[in-house]
Amino acid sequence: MNVSVLQFPGTNCEYDTKYAFEKLGATVNIVWHKDYELPKDTDLVVIPGGFSYGDYLRSGAIARFANIMTAVQEFASKGGKVLGICNGFQILLEAGLLPGAMKRNNTLHFISKYHHLKVINNDNVFLKELNNGDILNIPVAHHDGNYYIDDEGLKELEKNGQILLKYCDEKGNEKSMNGSLEHIAGICNKEKNVFGLMPHPERAIETLLGCDDGVKMLQGFFK
Amino acid sequence: MKAIVNVALKQGVLDDQGKATHHALDTLGFKQIVKEVRVGKQIIIELTSNNKEEAYEEVKKMCEKLLANTVIEDYNIEIIG
Repeated sequence: MNVSVLQFPGTNCEYDTKYAFEKLGATVNIVWHKDYELPKDTDLVVIPGGFSYGDYLRSGAIARFANIMTAVQEFASKGGKVLGICNGFQILLEAGLLPGAMKRNNTLHFISKYHHLKVINNDNVFLKELNNGDILNIPVAHHDGNYYIDDEGLKELEKNGQILLKYCDEKGNEKSMNGSLEHIAGICNKEKNVFGLMPHPERAIETLLGCDDGVKMLQGFFK
Repeated sequence: MKAIVNVALKQGVLDDQGKATHHALDTLGFKQIVKEVRVGKQIIIELTSNNKEEAYEEVKKMCEKLLANTVIEDYNIEIIG
């Protein structure tokens, strides 16, 4: 599997992401934001975490206009798989590839810690290796992860099974972490080929470093 | 000519920064006179245009495209000079 990991000025998770996907057996290319094309054989585009353009104006607001994003839009419109992690999720929302928007955490703090997540819908390539109701322990690290969508949009997400992950406690009880609507931590588009989540599965792939729950998530993209 | 653009969260979208600021003002003794606080941002753009209407239309496009996220934010444009 060939994974293209995008790199913007201020991205800081591209090498962790590369390490994680290589560990699972993928060939990984890091693609500079000024490029106009994705590598020809790309199976999955990952927009990694970080602080593209210093989060100026709004997180992801400037990165979405980068040259490479036109190629990502085209790739996604043809059914290509795209995963946005943390700042990558914010960029996908700003680009309109995923519905809704991010607000500042309701605690107004930058939150950086392990947090439990519950699998809400595994009927998609991303989470197919997991079961609904599974509880994962994955690090979060963000300032703007307070997901918002209007009532109509929320109904659409629920109807189409687009809500993939929610924040919860270790027993699986849903729990507010950053004020995110309905405790949403991750969603996908209606066509189920574009995925976004705030937690960092690429930071949870070695038991030696605390936890490897991220492996089960990223493995879903492999056939 | 100058454009002053004010961007803030829409009414109905919970403004946590505004709420925290309101709370701080309350504790500083302004409870009696403060009804609501909303925190937004101001973007000041120096323009080359001398045509107010044309400038307004262009700045409006800027807001729709980049300066505001209309999913959660409203914007207000003032052209000066």
